[in-house]
Amino acid sequence: MFDILTLDSMVRVSAPLILACLAGLYSERSGVVDIGLEGKMLGAAFGAGAIAYLTANAWLGLLAGIAVAVVLALIHGFASITNRGNQIVSGVAINFLALGLTALLGQTWFRQGGRTPPLPEGGRFGSIELPFATEFANVPIVGQIYSELISGHNILVYIAFAMVPLTWWILFRTRFGLRLRAVGENPAAVDTAGISVTWLRYRAVIACGILCGVAGSYLSIAQSSGFIRDMAAGRGYIALAALIFAKWKPGNAMWACLLFGLLDAWAFRLQGQEIPGIGQVPVQFFQALPYILTVILLAGFIGKAIPPKASGEPYLKERT
Amino acid sequence: MSAGQLPRWVDFGLIPAFNLAAAFLVSGLVVLLIGENPIEAVKILIWGSLGYGEGIGFTLFNATNFIFTGLAVAVAFHAGLFNIGGEGQAYVGGLGVALACLALDRYVPWWVTLPFAVLGGALFGAAWAFIPAWLQAKRGSHVVITTIMFNFIGAALMGYLLVDVLVKPGSMQPETRTFEEGGRLPLLNALLPGDFFGTSQVNLALIIALIACVFVWALIWRTRLGYEIRTFGANPAAAVYAGISPVRITIITMMISGGLAGLMAINEIMGAQNRLLLEFVSGYGFVGIAVALMGRAHPIGIVLSAILFGMLYQGGAELSFEMPAITRDMIVVIQGLVILFAGALEYMFRPALVQIFSFARTPATQAV
Repeated sequence: MFDILTLDSMVRVSAPLILACLAGLYSERSGVVDIGLEGKMLGAAFGAGAIAYLTANAWLGLLAGIAVAVVLALIHGFASITNRGNQIVSGVAINFLALGLTALLGQTWFRQGGRTPPLPEGGRFGSIELPFATEFANVPIVGQIYSELISGHNILVYIAFAMVPLTWWILFRTRFGLRLRAVGENPAAVDTAGISVTWLRYRAVIACGILCGVAGSYLSIAQSSGFIRDMAAGRGYIALAALIFAKWKPGNAMWACLLFGLLDAWAFRLQGQEIPGIGQVPVQFFQALPYILTVILLAGFIGKAIPPKASGEPYLKERT
Repeated sequence: MSAGQLPRWVDFGLIPAFNLAAAFLVSGLVVLLIGENPIEAVKILIWGSLGYGEGIGFTLFNATNFIFTGLAVAVAFHAGLFNIGGEGQAYVGGLGVALACLALDRYVPWWVTLPFAVLGGALFGAAWAFIPAWLQAKRGSHVVITTIMFNFIGAALMGYLLVDVLVKPGSMQPETRTFEEGGRLPLLNALLPGDFFGTSQVNLALIIALIACVFVWALIWRTRLGYEIRTFGANPAAAVYAGISPVRITIITMMISGGLAGLMAINEIMGAQNRLLLEFVSGYGFVGIAVALMGRAHPIGIVLSAILFGMLYQGGAELSFEMPAITRDMIVVIQGLVILFAGALEYMFRPALVQIFSFARTPATQAV
């Protein structure tokens, strides 16, 4: 259950979840609810897959992925910040748009049933051997963990984990972070202090887009080699669940994503196998477990998840 | 931006029309982008969905699904609740319908099975909405998030049941056995003289959907409960002050909403597929949000927008046949754009219209 292989696949599964979860964190901490994480990831995966294929350059692919996700994020921002529209509805729209457009444009441009062609050499982020990984491989436990669990991932995995302390630092140790959190709790107070609520929220939404872009690119040009239809496959929603499970805190977000990643790794490893004392557990149970756990948490049975106070509420500067 | 600044016909007619036009305009640009002629595409779409009997039949069949899921979202809207779990509720509702059909189809005619199937679909759908409703009412967790979670839990549950429990013995397909005559709703084509609807699957569930519309209208605007629901939706604090229990309204409204979503399975499972199968809801639950938004949460509006979305589905199928470059994914894009413009960007044109109309009225009233 906790062998190196399982933990290794846990890390790989968790990385995009962490990125998407932190993306949602920026947005929701600023008071903009985002259920469009899924769509932004999907759009980014397509953009990254297409450009990485055409240019044979993974970094350009990543940039394209980020660009697509930021555009989708700005649409969400335009609807929910500028037009004060319903944020849930906007998120649903983003998900539909991304699902349809990626498949449609994929088919039009590449004619392979909505997928992008396999990436050429250099179009994909390869795994990175950390220094001395092979030398340490024989050292029991610590060496094994270092060489097999920590070393040998692609760059985006390291970026994902590095984003956790960075996000914490941005949110809790910078002026921008303080204002961002304030605008999610009490936008009127921020406005009174002479700071633009709109601009702050837009910046939060853009940050959300950038991270979703990395998360989506991870799927198509790091984890696999090319985009396939509906590639995000619900990861955006799992990330959303993780965000709630983490009570909107960066450190917790990482642990929640690792937990959900572990469940996913188990579901894969235990398929058709007997667990001693329990018997065969249906694979669907593991698939549902992240959501069940989140619902239990939301129900207040394990701690209490309290969202930012102003989340989901558009800010109206003056009442008329 | 309060209501009443604009005449009602602008609020309920012109603005939705503008929003829809914007959505279709952008859709046209997408069609241009993939190198096809949008005008031609619209012609094929309209002909494919309304041009002949069979096309109309398929349009109405799709519309039936949308009426149920649209009504489900609308009822919750009136209480200020956002039920985004129609997808899961319809899926689990399918279980209720299928169980009734599987139990009775070999022994009784369809009209005996039907009430049990309706009850089964509504009960199972309502049950799937009950937990999120209870959690919101009693434990303060937000119904939007919990219903999303329940969509996935429902999908996993149904996947398990279909793969491991309900599957037809000896079959590899994750679906139940096909219902016998007693578990099938008659097609409208068989009930009406002539062969107007051809092979289309439009069936008696359309009539049930229309009855559901009347039921929702009567419930919301003509009963005490409906008044309480609307009061609670308009101002929860005032509702509590007036002695309306938020717990009761939240739970009852969500259960009615879930029940309506569950009834979608009457059309899809009992009316068309005649067996329970994986993923049969395939997005109808989510699109119900768009249907309710466009229909302004009123049954008449919902019927109209359900027909529009039914046309998109049927015409889109025709379109992908006639213009292979425009795959069925185009329909998903159009839906996304309609949800975006009619839903999230609902107020985009409003400030401009308010200016135009207040300008036009100023000389007459000498106000402002």
